[in-house]
Amino acid sequence: MTDTTFDRGFDTRSWITEKIFMGMSFCDYLKSLLTPTNAIFALILIVGVPIVIYRFAFGIGAATNLTQVNPWGIWIGLDVMSGVALAAGGFTVATAVHILGLKEYQPIVRPALLTGFLGYLFAVIGLCADLGRPWKLPVPMVYSYGTGSVMFEVGWCVCLYLIVLGLEFSPAAFEWLGLRKAREWAVRMTLVLTIFGLCLSTLHQSSLGALFLMMPHRVHPLWYSGYVPVFFFVSAIIAGMSMVIVEGGLSHRVFKSQLNPNDHGTADTLTLGLAKGAAVVLFAYFFLKLQGLVDGGRYDLLLTPYGAWFLFELLGFVLTPCLLYAVAVRRQNATMARWVAGWTVLGIVVNRLNLSVIAFNYNAAERYVPGFMEIMVSVTIITIGIITFRWIVNRMPVLHEHPDFPQAH
Amino acid sequence: METRMELSRRTFIKFAGAVGAAGVVARPKPAAASALHPVNTPAVLVDTTRCAGCRGCEAACSESNHLPGPALQGQDAVFSKSRKTDVKVYTVVNRAKADSKQGEARYVKSQCMHCLDPACASACLAKALEKTSAGPVVYHPERCLGCRYCMVACQFDVPKFDFDSPSPYINKCSFCAERQEQGLQPACASVCPTGALQFGHREELIEDARTRIYQNPDKYVHHIYGESEAGGTSWLYITDVPFEKLGFRTDLGPTSPPELTRTALAAVPFVLTLWPPLLMGLYTFSKRRAEASKGTDQEAHHD
Repeated sequence: MTDTTFDRGFDTRSWITEKIFMGMSFCDYLKSLLTPTNAIFALILIVGVPIVIYRFAFGIGAATNLTQVNPWGIWIGLDVMSGVALAAGGFTVATAVHILGLKEYQPIVRPALLTGFLGYLFAVIGLCADLGRPWKLPVPMVYSYGTGSVMFEVGWCVCLYLIVLGLEFSPAAFEWLGLRKAREWAVRMTLVLTIFGLCLSTLHQSSLGALFLMMPHRVHPLWYSGYVPVFFFVSAIIAGMSMVIVEGGLSHRVFKSQLNPNDHGTADTLTLGLAKGAAVVLFAYFFLKLQGLVDGGRYDLLLTPYGAWFLFELLGFVLTPCLLYAVAVRRQNATMARWVAGWTVLGIVVNRLNLSVIAFNYNAAERYVPGFMEIMVSVTIITIGIITFRWIVNRMPVLHEHPDFPQAH
Repeated sequence: METRMELSRRTFIKFAGAVGAAGVVARPKPAAASALHPVNTPAVLVDTTRCAGCRGCEAACSESNHLPGPALQGQDAVFSKSRKTDVKVYTVVNRAKADSKQGEARYVKSQCMHCLDPACASACLAKALEKTSAGPVVYHPERCLGCRYCMVACQFDVPKFDFDSPSPYINKCSFCAERQEQGLQPACASVCPTGALQFGHREELIEDARTRIYQNPDKYVHHIYGESEAGGTSWLYITDVPFEKLGFRTDLGPTSPPELTRTALAAVPFVLTLWPPLLMGLYTFSKRRAEASKGTDQEAHHD
């Protein structure tokens, strides 16, 4: 009797030790957390978490520089608009591997799906900080359908896609937990999930741009275009691919111990493959943006400060990375491709901020500049996202194969 | 042969599943094209040449909506700077930046314009803002998430958000929808002593406004603000000073803002019905190719 109880207790403890503390004792695990990186993370959280609490206790006005004139700020522009675009790697890579049959990219499917899943999850968490009454989120989901609203479409698609991404990534979690049956079922859904994921991504990535269609009175004419939904969708593909390169590069430094030494050559090949794809899509995107400019016909505005900023985005953040990616591929220089990817990612963030913050309300009486607390909330959410990513990668088979499930991904 | 049959059957089931799943979410239907344009929609004609700037409308609005009384009541100093509507101020009267040709001061009342096809209602994902069939654009606070899309969507900067509250709502003029249901005029129009605010049916008021402009062509600006702006509004303005001097946006075209997003929303069912079969086709193609190349590899090995 006593033995069984003891056994059960022992089992649970060893399970926790193995799964949560990565085989270390609790004390060793705590000691392993004492690193310079974690010190920085801790500092951010010590400052950031109380600010998040302050925002919910005293309202949005107390924590932000948002006003009646500028009701949208970086929580929309950075956390939601940019976050969702940068999380597009999930559907891009999954489509390439599972639909187009580019099996050589198999090793990056899981990292891309995890980046996507956490990207969306934390975009939604960021949105909850921005929403005045986030506890009302179920209203449009359950009983009051604003079907004529683009925001309704975005909300539904993001919600469904978050579930899809969770299911797409779930085999890794099931392998970690040793749930063989559940894993089999999850793997069987791969094709359907990938197709559904691409449908939902097509819709909401473009619809985030379609939100601005109704606002020619807010968005600067150089950025306003009937093509904004197309721009958003195409640039999301670029953002997704570039983000996968960036994330792969960083993972290979941070999680070196998890990787097979000969994975390094593969990683370079895949990086260059993605770089080639990104160069082609960037080239198409550059011409799409030119079409938008011609369609708008406001060449006169190019000579204004906003025009200079527009040209800087178009040439510096679209054409330049396009050409540099091509150079990196030609020289077979994966390191260069990783730097270009970082620049491209920054360019997409600049684009989303231009639409939603910088070139938004350009003619308003007062300008919006984010406050310290606003920035800290965004930084805190991103930090928690990174910590979650690391926690999962350290435990689940994301960057490497699970020994019990060889050839699993 | 056996395996191929098996594969194609399974593929078909997966395909059917994907399409079925797509059907489930193929719900966002765009609202019936170009909303309601009823002849009898309630409206107010504001004739700024008749407004004396008494701000009785402001007081009546505050009283009717249980809001704090208007700022600096009865004091001319209130006109020293231009005010805007706010969380607890649904209407304001401002002095125009220009006087009439005869040197008389001009005043302009602002409040929700109650568009015929309102951007705010189309922006709202929870139908918290709604264009009622009776005409007013009303707010259902219990549905509101506080996303503030309505605020940026509105060309007239009308919806106001309670940034100071931990449980904030949107606030704006409701056109006294409840009073109208009881057969009463909106509070502001009911107290106007000079007839500057005239409540009635929109088509009749437009006729009335045209007649005034036609009979006094030298006095009035030849334009009824709100007749076509942003697809038409329930509040209509005529004046004898340029509309920009009254603080109006004059760059709004006749297209209603929701019209600009309808094409994008109409694409939704197409994406959901066209992507799955297309992707299945691509999948089958790439799979066949992979199998074919595998076969060639094996043959090469045998040799």
